[in-house]
Amino acid sequence: MHNLDQIVQAAVLAFAATDDADVLEQIKAAYLGKNGQITDLLKALAKLPPDERKTAGATINRAKEAVETALNARREAIRKMALNARLAEEALDVSLPGRGQARAGLHPVTRTLERVESLFRSIGFEVADGPEIEADFQNFTALNTPEDHPARSMHDTFYLQDESGAVAEGVLLRTHTSPIQVRYMQEHVARYSALATMPEIRVIAPGRVYRVDSDATHSPMFHQVEGLWIGENVSFADLKGVIADFLRRFFESDDLQVRFRPSFFPFTEPSAEIDMAFMSGAHKGRWLEIAGCGMVHPNVLRHVNIDPERYLGFAFGMGPDRLTMLRYGINDLRLFFDGDLRFLRQFV
Amino acid sequence: MKFSESWLRSFVDPPCSGAEFSRLLTMAGLEVEEEESVAPAFSRVVVAQVISVDRHPNADRLSLCRVDVGAGEPLQIVCGAPNVAALSKIPCALVGAELPGGLQIKLCKVRGVESFGMLCSARELGVSDDASGLMLLDAAAPVGEDLRRHLDLDDRVRTLKLTPNRADCLSLEGVAREVAALTGATASFIQIEEVAIGIASERAVVLDAPVACPRYCGRVIAGVDATAATPSWMRRRLERSGLRPISALVDITNYVMLELGQPLHAFDNRQLSGAVHARMAQAGETITLLNQQTVELQGDVLLIADDRRPLAMAGIMGGEDSGITLATTELFLEAAFFAPKAIAGRARRYGFVSDAAHRFERGVDFAATRRALERATRLVIDICGGQAGPVSDALASLPERPPVLLRSRRVRKVLGLDVSPQQIEDLFRRLGLQFVRDADDFVVTPPSYRFDIEIEEDLIEEIVRLHGYENIPAALPRAALSMLPQSEETRPVARVRQLLTDCGYQEVINFAFVEEAWERDLAGNERLIRLANPIASQLSVMRSSLLGGLIANVTTNLKRRQGRVRVFETGRCFFRDPLGGPVAGFRQPWKLAALAYGTALPEQWGCASRNVDFFDVKGDLELLLAPLVARFEVAAHPALHPGRSARVVVDGEPIGFIGELHPQWQQKYGLPLAPVLFQIDLDPMRRAGLPQHVEGSRQPVVIRDMAIVVDHALELQQLLDALGVNRPAIVSDIRLFDVYVGRGVEVGKKSLAFRIVMQDTRRTLLEAEVDAAMQQLVAYLQQAFAAQLRV
Repeated sequence: MHNLDQIVQAAVLAFAATDDADVLEQIKAAYLGKNGQITDLLKALAKLPPDERKTAGATINRAKEAVETALNARREAIRKMALNARLAEEALDVSLPGRGQARAGLHPVTRTLERVESLFRSIGFEVADGPEIEADFQNFTALNTPEDHPARSMHDTFYLQDESGAVAEGVLLRTHTSPIQVRYMQEHVARYSALATMPEIRVIAPGRVYRVDSDATHSPMFHQVEGLWIGENVSFADLKGVIADFLRRFFESDDLQVRFRPSFFPFTEPSAEIDMAFMSGAHKGRWLEIAGCGMVHPNVLRHVNIDPERYLGFAFGMGPDRLTMLRYGINDLRLFFDGDLRFLRQFV
Repeated sequence: MKFSESWLRSFVDPPCSGAEFSRLLTMAGLEVEEEESVAPAFSRVVVAQVISVDRHPNADRLSLCRVDVGAGEPLQIVCGAPNVAALSKIPCALVGAELPGGLQIKLCKVRGVESFGMLCSARELGVSDDASGLMLLDAAAPVGEDLRRHLDLDDRVRTLKLTPNRADCLSLEGVAREVAALTGATASFIQIEEVAIGIASERAVVLDAPVACPRYCGRVIAGVDATAATPSWMRRRLERSGLRPISALVDITNYVMLELGQPLHAFDNRQLSGAVHARMAQAGETITLLNQQTVELQGDVLLIADDRRPLAMAGIMGGEDSGITLATTELFLEAAFFAPKAIAGRARRYGFVSDAAHRFERGVDFAATRRALERATRLVIDICGGQAGPVSDALASLPERPPVLLRSRRVRKVLGLDVSPQQIEDLFRRLGLQFVRDADDFVVTPPSYRFDIEIEEDLIEEIVRLHGYENIPAALPRAALSMLPQSEETRPVARVRQLLTDCGYQEVINFAFVEEAWERDLAGNERLIRLANPIASQLSVMRSSLLGGLIANVTTNLKRRQGRVRVFETGRCFFRDPLGGPVAGFRQPWKLAALAYGTALPEQWGCASRNVDFFDVKGDLELLLAPLVARFEVAAHPALHPGRSARVVVDGEPIGFIGELHPQWQQKYGLPLAPVLFQIDLDPMRRAGLPQHVEGSRQPVVIRDMAIVVDHALELQQLLDALGVNRPAIVSDIRLFDVYVGRGVEVGKKSLAFRIVMQDTRRTLLEAEVDAAMQQLVAYLQQAFAAQLRV
């Protein structure tokens, strides 16, 4: 049987000697094929005497199994090697950039406006819009700022020409978004005139506004958000609560102080200026003017047929441009209206 | 309102100072905009007198001075100033002095000669920018006195940013009154006595417009020396209030205005004839003002006039030819009350501002007219000499101060703060308000100097101002909870913007006023809406299109080497429209515009670079509009290439346009490549509707492809429209998947490849049915469009 062991050993060595699946099958034929060495030995069994045949047969079959096992192991090894070779060949430089369109971003002021809107929506404020070429009445008169009121000089107003080239009467570019509130109140009052109690008005009015002013800190077009809450029991304390809540949510920080100090607006009485100070960061400890506010002036309510003795409320107006600058650390207002992609792309 | 603290402290001396004092004013509504020292810190500088000046033995440009510093022997000091002269009084920094900037004065040798100090210029002391020579002091300055004390240089100057309602604080007395109310300190005001009448000269005054001018006081002062020097204390106070000293008489009127808040005017009495009238201008009258401006007056301007001509725009500015000069010896001094409504806005209308108009249009204390006249008379006589005549005092109805009711419970309701009636009473007393208390209610009579207390809320403001906003609790409000309406059929603008940014378009915000040429070139707008007062000519017309701004964004970015630009903007556009609203005569729709310039994709590996074309942007627009399906119809637009532009139509309604920029504008606006742009109306594109489910067929789908050759000019849309009507019932969809022009297709023709989807709702289709449907389609296309089946 020494011979048989040699055959198995030779087969195992021969299998191991090739990496090629086809060659392996040819080698297999030399042992297990029609005229293979093992096959020949099996054929020769017939010539043995019957009493030897059984033992010899078992021995040869064990040898055959050993060859087959070695063959299968080698087949599997070669298959794995081939797969690994393919995988290696197919490997990518995954650090190469992806392909396709690049996503762009919203204007930073839009980000702020969307944020302001959603914060106020979360406590039941609607968002209103209105015309930018506005009637003098809604922009000034209905807001308790009659013709020649000194407060009109606080707003340097853009006026329009009519088609003959003369200054058009009664229209202007809105100097604030408060006229949106006037229109909103007028509609609200008309809609609920049949009810014994008018539902509360809670609205914010964001938008572009215009003033004749242009330097490093002023743009002739800029943004405002006005807010208004009118009801039977709305007080200055509520105004303070809402503003403080808003600023902490907007800046996602409790680390800021808010103060109210007396001011003057024709459409609110009493009126206040709202200052805010961060307790840390670049603006640490500096009071920053952030908004104007006050209790809606009774004349404003009267102008839209709301009884000021029964209903009262607060209004505030703030600059989203300034909020944006503070939020993202921008220090030049002019960047907002320049269309410079190197600036804008930072807000993707 | 700018004032010196030391002047203020002559009226009221509160216990606080510095930043704390500024904070107190700011928190009471008198915002301190700026607080500054009048001089930087320095020490050991005294008033000195030059005794003699000799040449320095070793230097031509230096002098050797002997200087009396008020102590001990005169000092030897080397000085290089050109104006050093014997007997002049000058500041001297003694040895051991420290000057601004840290310069230490030591005993030293200058060119071999010892110098025991330094004579100073104003610049060296940081008092002004004058470095031309030594700072010259008053001849009367006491030698040896500390200079800071002598010139009151430890004083601080504050600038108040006063709101228009607080005209009462446009004077030192007014601010003092306020400080007294805020701090509880006692204010002591100047005692003003009537000046003794020395001459009989008198000029009649007549109130021809008694509503506009209900009180006018005037008097002659004769024998004055207009060239007299303004005393240095007055000059200093004026300068620290931001006013330039001019001449004694002018300075006195300004001084009294700052001190008491009453603007005054001095006429040269010899230039007047007859009575002085306060009357309305006749339209067309002209006057040349002190600022050399000649204005044509309108009928609503109040004038001071004599019997012959206008002398001054009352309360605004005097006339040039009736004003005082250095030659004036006799003046007619005016103190009057002009109603705010008669003054408001007039100066601004004529394009200037004046301190007098600023005060009168906000309201001047009408009970203090005579007092100011007496104060000014006293100062004139003291400074310029002369004798005063009797006061001509014309009086009509002064403004009324109707009592205002204040209810304690209303205070609580408005402020959400519990203030007791007793606290209110105390606050009113501090403010010096006259009131009658009835249980919890007060009836207040506002003082003559307050023009902002008319209603209950005004008094509530006074209460909270003194009590402090910081003492109001910040309450989280309570309200009935109800949900806000939220339409699903209309897409929020935020969603639309997001889609565009996802397609690679960066949002921009451009000015709504634009260059006139953009409107003509890019919108064909002939009915321009021009601004009456634009800040610049390139910002003078309201836009009716967003395109100009986007094109300018490309130019800006190309200059900054950004060669690929994709931008969009949403904003209102403005049109003259007689049917427009809500502001009559104007339509102001929201529009959305986008522009793509440069390569279709950002520069990247593995993709051939090509420039963006019509169909790239059309694809973006279709993505944006979905689920709305737009038709693109050939249409001309002034901004666009006529062969590469289309009108965008949704549900039969044109909502905008898309196309390549017209080559002539591409050239004019300096763009090396043609941008592709679209602009659509925002409102209709947001109406996406609600999806409605339709039961689909479960039968198998059969798909066949077909290529046909048609005329090159044939629009796909025509073909699809016709097939929409003329197709076999089992055809559920026809989709173009290829367009081919070139080898194998005849010149002037194109090959269109379609994928035909067929399906029956009830059963599986038979091969024969599918073949028949395809044949029917081909036959129809042959007959309707002379199409050839391509094999």
